[in-house]
Amino acid sequence: MGKLLTRMNREKYIYLLLLPGVLYFIIYRYVPMAGLVIAFKDFNPFTGFWNSDWVGIKHFTRMFESSEVIQVLVNTIQISLLQIFVAFPVSIILALMLNELRHATLKRFIQSLIYLPHFLSWVVVVGIFVVFLRGEGLVNSVLANFGLEAIPFLTDPAYFKPIIILQVIWKEAGWGTIIFLAALAGVNPSLYEAAVIDGANRWRQLWHVTLPAIRGVIIILFILRLGSVLDTGFEQIFLMLNPFNMDSGNVLDTYVYFKGIQQGNIGFATAVGMFKGVIGLVLVLSANRLAKRFGEDGLY
Amino acid sequence: MLKRTLGERAIDGLNIAILIIIACLMLLPFIHILSVSFSSLQDVLQKDFILWPTNWASDAYLAIFASDSFIRSIFVTIYITVVGTAVSLILTATMAYGLTRKVLGQRVILLMVIFTILFNAGMIPIYLVVKETGLMNTLWALIIPSAISSFNLIVIRQFFLSIPNELSEAALIDGASEIRTFWSIIIPLSKPALATFGLFYAVGHWNKYFEGILYLNDAAKWPIQVVLRQIVIMNEATSTLGSDVMAQLENQPPPVTIQMAAILVATLPILLVYPFLQKHFAKGVMIGSVKG
Repeated sequence: MGKLLTRMNREKYIYLLLLPGVLYFIIYRYVPMAGLVIAFKDFNPFTGFWNSDWVGIKHFTRMFESSEVIQVLVNTIQISLLQIFVAFPVSIILALMLNELRHATLKRFIQSLIYLPHFLSWVVVVGIFVVFLRGEGLVNSVLANFGLEAIPFLTDPAYFKPIIILQVIWKEAGWGTIIFLAALAGVNPSLYEAAVIDGANRWRQLWHVTLPAIRGVIIILFILRLGSVLDTGFEQIFLMLNPFNMDSGNVLDTYVYFKGIQQGNIGFATAVGMFKGVIGLVLVLSANRLAKRFGEDGLY
Repeated sequence: MLKRTLGERAIDGLNIAILIIIACLMLLPFIHILSVSFSSLQDVLQKDFILWPTNWASDAYLAIFASDSFIRSIFVTIYITVVGTAVSLILTATMAYGLTRKVLGQRVILLMVIFTILFNAGMIPIYLVVKETGLMNTLWALIIPSAISSFNLIVIRQFFLSIPNELSEAALIDGASEIRTFWSIIIPLSKPALATFGLFYAVGHWNKYFEGILYLNDAAKWPIQVVLRQIVIMNEATSTLGSDVMAQLENQPPPVTIQMAAILVATLPILLVYPFLQKHFAKGVMIGSVKG
């Protein structure tokens, strides 16, 4: 014990350096996790956290019986799958195209432009789309010039998901190429030389040298993305939602906000959020295992 | 240089053409926004697609800069960005360095941090903790609850670990305390890395939107992104800027020019730091991984 104390005394400055960060993690990351118990209570802001009544799994049974929650869950998964199968491949194709570009200055210039939207806020990105797509916006003015009828992009539920995906592609597709380009930069040029000597044209080089080089990265990113299938991002969808497209666009994250913060249904909203978190954790852990099964490193 | 066939050159040409079109798709919205923001009423009424204004007008900018609520939101955001970035960097760097030292509990703390990447309590419990810790309706609510990014913390720790151990050991043997070693050996060696993460944190703070509507009831404390949403997405330019402000203006700018001007002003700081960001981020993204 005495030894332990001298050791801790010697290392007291390290603990001092760790302290603020550890406090942060305890208060703002772990206390909320403990606070998840309100998913099993009828939380009442006036009686407070400790004095609210226990209700067991009432909120969870209500959740699974609610057709509203089913719809929200379907929306969430649909938007996620569209992101995985439409937006994700765009990054791969873009990276392959950039990789084929031999002109270094032009390549750097194009990269600078396509990485930029990643750093814009969702308010700005959604704002730009709204201004272009609304009734009197640019797109509808052009349609009118061709004698076509205006399309209610922002209010017609049918357009909600495609526009969400389009925004994700515009904002993140370029940024998404970085990891593939990094993998491609590591390809030994002699592989291409050998392929050329063997008579491979550009397509065959792409197929037999380039793609195998990023196969591992593609598989691991794909699996991990599947693991976070309940994460659609909050801000973008919240900003795009309006009373007209609510049925088509409401996802788990926004649903928790509407139910918990706006309608004060704290216990129920916490239960929905907890459901999302726990399923998400299970999915990510399984996805990581799966990635390792494929002979990749996994994330952790 | 390998000789290319005609077909290959055609494909290369097509590839370049498509990439240039894609790059233009990133750039054109900004040129359009810029030109509409400087357009006069008759320009807006006459033309559908304005790439360059014929009659320059700065009424939209006069309108937003005459508005107290707009100016205030910019100062609020600058405050959050400066203070928030400082808080984030200090907390992240001190903790990251502490976690490079093999002290009792280090492993547990590291696992605690990694777990937060995989699981978080969700919006409602965090909201209640923010409320209970008295941050509600203060600007600290936009700074403290998101102060440390677990991912950044782990990458910075990884970076500290890559600094040769002999350097800090020599300092410690010479009698410097851990804090002094951290301050005079580790920090100076990590300036580029810390600058990179500082910029990432700063961009994150500048772009902060959701915490604004979640934690701030008082419109006077709104950061720029919340105000921007009111002006552009909710289409409430006049009421957000203040109808009295608009009434005093000599020329009434069309709302669309105000919206474009507001988007541009809110984006300008990002565009200004972007060259610096770009210099570092490819490296920053690739340093280390989540592996403990």
